[in-house]
Amino acid sequence: MNPATPREPRMSVEAVVATAFRAEWGQIVATLIGMTGDWDLAEECAQDAFAQALQSWPRDGVPRRPGAWLTTTARNRAVDRLRRDRVGAAKQGEAALSFVPAFVDAPQDDSGVPDDRLRLMFTCCHPALAFESRVALTLRTLAGLTTAEIARAFLVAEDTMSKRLVRAKRKIRNAGIPYRVPPGHLLAERTGAVLGVLYLLFNEGYAASAGAAPVRRNLSDEAIRLARTLLEVMPGEPEAGGLLALMLFNDARRDARLDDAGELVVLADQDRSRWDGPQLEEARQALEAALRRRRPGPYQIQAAIAACHVSAPEPDWPQIAALYTQLLRWVPSEVVRLNRAVAVSMARGPAAGLALVDRLDLPGYHLLPATRADLLRRLGRPAEAAAAYAQAIELAPTDAERRHLVRRRKDL
Amino acid sequence: MRYLLLVCGDDDAYQAMLADEEFLPTCHRWSAEMEERGILIGGGGLQPPDDATTLRVRDGQVLLTDGPFAETKEIIAGFSLIECADLDEALEVTARHPVARYGTIEIRPFLPT
Repeated sequence: MNPATPREPRMSVEAVVATAFRAEWGQIVATLIGMTGDWDLAEECAQDAFAQALQSWPRDGVPRRPGAWLTTTARNRAVDRLRRDRVGAAKQGEAALSFVPAFVDAPQDDSGVPDDRLRLMFTCCHPALAFESRVALTLRTLAGLTTAEIARAFLVAEDTMSKRLVRAKRKIRNAGIPYRVPPGHLLAERTGAVLGVLYLLFNEGYAASAGAAPVRRNLSDEAIRLARTLLEVMPGEPEAGGLLALMLFNDARRDARLDDAGELVVLADQDRSRWDGPQLEEARQALEAALRRRRPGPYQIQAAIAACHVSAPEPDWPQIAALYTQLLRWVPSEVVRLNRAVAVSMARGPAAGLALVDRLDLPGYHLLPATRADLLRRLGRPAEAAAAYAQAIELAPTDAERRHLVRRRKDL
Repeated sequence: MRYLLLVCGDDDAYQAMLADEEFLPTCHRWSAEMEERGILIGGGGLQPPDDATTLRVRDGQVLLTDGPFAETKEIIAGFSLIECADLDEALEVTARHPVARYGTIEIRPFLPT
């Protein structure tokens, strides 16, 4: 990460440390795991380094390169602790070893990518770990969230989350999950696993932004930050760029998703002036850079769809329908087919959309009857539309969505 | 690292394996290749749990039971002991194990010695 921490004259030392924490935590932990092979030690020493910064920076001033200072401090601390442990072991009659850890020369990963954060990402997202463990480990070791924060974000007891993290780290050690960037024949599949974790994190935060605890909103910010890191360390992976673009497109519309009363606003009715223009521009550039590599994938296509949704003056529906058809090649799911049907209905009329929707089977999914209801309304069949709205209202997972559907039914 | 592959399956899987003429030759090829790579240390298929004898020592007495220690639908049909660089190599080796297509294989790392 860029060592130049933004320091305005009036920024407090606490704020500087907090900024450095966001920027440097993952790098420091990743470096220390690479050096010692010990995940707990790495976290503890990183923690110590930030605690020491809070003590000495107010006194001595903020170092010119805070990241380097923190890494060195954490590394020294780890070396001290390992030396102490070795001395303890030697006293018990074992051979005294040099304090330099033997694993400093850990084998290079096959891809030759040197960044420890990438190794850490792949290890956290290893498919032999349960999905929920991958998510928790990523937030703890790469993003630096505390166990309590992660527990709150996923609405589980802190003790439960703590056990989940302990168990995951133990499995990595005991089962021999390698700390490396996977070799070529595994890379595509494993990259998919990393992208999947980051996208879930983003969606957890994004879905909750409709009125739920603000701490979950932070998950979207963390996901974007991690996606930036991933793209930084895997610049040749277009799907990493696609995922970042997708997140940025959706996140740029977050303020327009709710009206002043806190009610859900569908995209078509959103106030475009409340979209984050510079972020949309960044999203477009990230997407274009990814597409230029001419290796399309599901995240790039979804980002392209998001781009079409915000195109001026209105969404490019024929293009969106075509992109969903492409997406089906990677993600052949009924939900994608439903989205495609909506796009077709906008491009070619509600009758064409309804013909596609009626072929779908998505039991329990409220957006299927909600979509049918909208199409029937547009076709001038209010009685059938009302019945479909009633079905959707029953299945809606959140109050905000339920209220939204009730309003739509009233407008019939 | 050493791993024990516990090769499991239910009766359906067992019957399907027996019906597949290619099954045994494929097993032999897998074993030969893994031995040559220095990965396979030992293992083999097992007679059914019906033929098991279960033993405990209590108060100095050797107690024997005819049959397996637990009646389950999934049975252990065999095992392999392998030596791999890490879990990724163990996964690659196990994914190519002929039984993986019919039953289930549990990969258990050994305690450090």
